[in-house]
Amino acid sequence: MLMSILLTAGYALMGAGIGAGIVAIGAGLGIGRIGGQAMESIARQPEAAGKIQGAMLIIAALIEVVSLFAAVICLLIALNIAGIS
Amino acid sequence: MHHVKDSHEWHFATFGHTHVTLPLPVIVYSGDRGLEVFMSSNFQNHETHEFGKEYAHEGYYIDEHDHLGRVDEGSFVELSITKNVVMMFIVMFILAWIALSAAGHYKKNGAVAPKGAAALIEPIVIFVRDEIAKNSIGPKYKKFVPYLITLFLFIWFGNLLGLLPGAANLTGNIAVTCTLAVLTFIITNVNGNKDYWKHVFATPGVPIPMLLIIVPVEIIGLFTKPFALMVRLFVAITAGHIVILGFIALAFIFESYTIGVVSTLMVTFINIIELLVATIQAYVFTLFTAMYIGGAVAEHAHDDHH
Repeated sequence: MLMSILLTAGYALMGAGIGAGIVAIGAGLGIGRIGGQAMESIARQPEAAGKIQGAMLIIAALIEVVSLFAAVICLLIALNIAGIS
Repeated sequence: MHHVKDSHEWHFATFGHTHVTLPLPVIVYSGDRGLEVFMSSNFQNHETHEFGKEYAHEGYYIDEHDHLGRVDEGSFVELSITKNVVMMFIVMFILAWIALSAAGHYKKNGAVAPKGAAALIEPIVIFVRDEIAKNSIGPKYKKFVPYLITLFLFIWFGNLLGLLPGAANLTGNIAVTCTLAVLTFIITNVNGNKDYWKHVFATPGVPIPMLLIIVPVEIIGLFTKPFALMVRLFVAITAGHIVILGFIALAFIFESYTIGVVSTLMVTFINIIELLVATIQAYVFTLFTAMYIGGAVAEHAHDDHH
């Protein structure tokens, strides 16, 4: 009985950890793509570099917030399991 | 973790066994006992400064999770001045001081090149008015510029001051961001004109069966937009603080000098990123508020489309 509770708690913690890793992949992909396209467009038109940089920073902040949201959920799971077991 | 959360006392530092804390007043209003004010130091153990259910004082206690409770299970309303409330007062005071001294400068000297506090504020005000308000709201922007400027400066200063060591985490409290989002919701919907409400309740050019699906979705959309604003600001600031705390805690867990040096470098790096995040989140909140207000007061010429 104790083994099965510990096993469930172990699975939950593993889920939280893997979830946080997948979140990092998602954020990296999104922001990397924005950065790449921003670099390309600055290379095509260097006069517009200031505006493109501004837009890039804002969109990167939006994507990052979604990833932080998921990271906080994983943290909540981990803290709750640690509190129970 | 208690560095990130709200608290009934302000804990600055701990030197060995002496805690440097500032106890804050606890204000409670209950139906049968009226308004009562205590200092929170009454509710704690005097050496270790821990809260606990056993240190009850005059019928109230604060438990280990820092929640106020009443010994005889009556109902009460808690209006205490907690750490975040004090932080909000500090930010309000700084903003009022800057704004009033800038206004005084303009009143005394008229429309000349600004100096002092006015020089600090003027680029920010022009930025909010031109880039955010005029672009997003259109011809009726003047009415909303004061609210947008206040919102931007409050969130920006709240974010920046929360990063200082020993300061409280103002915008990382979901109640604060919830209030800001509710204010945006109220201002958007009170100023919505007929076109806006028609879009929500009777979207033009849509057949009736689709309308049954679209109207509930639009009504839910009315609420999700401020909700997203609230969660975005809260998560960005809180997660940043938790990451900084995690790196500082690393040094304490490993207790080695190399880890201490590395973690200090990481913490400095992340603090710099947090400065950027503070500004960007303030800008994004204000920009989205302006866009929602612009959507509410917009005048379209629908007749030529349908």
